[in-house]
Amino acid sequence: MAHSSTAKRDDSFLGEVIAETPGGERLVHCMQCGSCGGSCPNSADMDRTPRTLLAMIAAGQREEVLSSNTMWCCVSCYACTTRCPQKIPITDIMYALKRISLREGKATTTDAPALARTFTGLLDRYGRSFELGLASRYYLFNKPLSMLKMGPLGLRMFTRGRMSLRPTKIRQIDQLQAIIAKARELGGEA
Amino acid sequence: MKYAYYPGCSLECNALAYDVSVRHVADVLGLTLAEIDDWNCCGATEYFSQDELTAAAVIARNLALVEPGVNQVVAPCAACYCNLIKVDHLMADNPAMGEKINQALAAGKLHYKPGSVRVRHMLDVIYEDVGEAAVREKVVQPLTGLKIAPYYGCQVVRPLTGGDDTEHPTRMDKIFTWLGAEVVNYPVKTHCCGGHMTQISEPQAFEMIRRILQSATSNGADMILCACPMCQLNLDAYQDRVAAEFKTPLRMPVLYFTQMLGLALGVDAEKLGFGKEIVSAESVVQSKLRPATLENTRS
Repeated sequence: MAHSSTAKRDDSFLGEVIAETPGGERLVHCMQCGSCGGSCPNSADMDRTPRTLLAMIAAGQREEVLSSNTMWCCVSCYACTTRCPQKIPITDIMYALKRISLREGKATTTDAPALARTFTGLLDRYGRSFELGLASRYYLFNKPLSMLKMGPLGLRMFTRGRMSLRPTKIRQIDQLQAIIAKARELGGEA
Repeated sequence: MKYAYYPGCSLECNALAYDVSVRHVADVLGLTLAEIDDWNCCGATEYFSQDELTAAAVIARNLALVEPGVNQVVAPCAACYCNLIKVDHLMADNPAMGEKINQALAAGKLHYKPGSVRVRHMLDVIYEDVGEAAVREKVVQPLTGLKIAPYYGCQVVRPLTGGDDTEHPTRMDKIFTWLGAEVVNYPVKTHCCGGHMTQISEPQAFEMIRRILQSATSNGADMILCACPMCQLNLDAYQDRVAAEFKTPLRMPVLYFTQMLGLALGVDAEKLGFGKEIVSAESVVQSKLRPATLENTRS
């Protein structure tokens, strides 16, 4: 038997992504058909298409995958997931990659993590989303110049009774916060 | 029939027209909606992007709060609907995860048994549970002469659908055919509206919004009907900026499907939240619907 010219593939990143994704074991069945990228409404703005990213995961290109903008372009429309002939939960893989990338501070080229953190920060505090609080905090700290463009829209929403000036807090916020604290203790990430 | 009702945060304010129209339509169609007491936000896509277990526990609290004896919950918001189903399935398919979620819920003296509450979208409840005969029987203001573009978006039909086709859903089409409207066939009815991309990257979001508005316009629609607050917000509130960006005239009223359904069922337009849309639907509703029948509204 001749020596193989290919080095042994490093499967550790593949295993890590599978462990982070519910149903992630399907990932090994990717046959690189490209249905995901072809279905994705945002693939043109991704630095790698979903198909490429799945190949890179299998190839163990951890750093490149985690610093990619691909998963941050994903808006969870699930078009790829429903069309994947191998039943790979691609949207959930994108969520998993977002989480790993966030934990390691690799998501530096997008405002998506800031929006996510601001959103869940308000949820943790009030139990409900608070659109004005979300918009003002997120834009102020991340894209203050855009606030000028958002002003007229906010005003029109307000005049039609579609924007509240105050957050709604759920009655049993202590109960929700206890559940969140326990979930974090059990292995969640902040 | 009695359902637990999970309005979700958008329906409290920016999509108030959706909430009030859902409630009025349910009333006329004999559906009892009992709002889940002290429900919390589902976290949309934002919690799953950071922390899966916490995301799931936050969502599961709502399922655990459904009153005993009620085994179905209606969520009109596509994101809420998708999240509630996602967590129910996650707990059922992965018992270890289900156990952890219940440990978290136990910190709030709650428990949820996977599969004990069936999550439904309002569109499916009207199509399946009320059905054609009962809807037709209640129509007092046929939508004859009105061309509607049903817009399904993403999360109502994907990934865990209530039964409609994921590629070519037709339930909203059929409901509006029962009401006498002309349903416009346009190719992007399940394309994504951009979701939260309007906040993150406007160039990306605006192109997605343009496609939908322009396709509905060029196929002759009088209005787009939505089954999701995010879709309605993106298509309605950003419409003038998208038109300016692409230097293309756009004037497409975007309403919730329950608003037009309510009108057909004879509910007064004001009670259905008409007038809250940014691109006004008033002139198209007035000009297309026969004035004589407009008086047939229920008080």
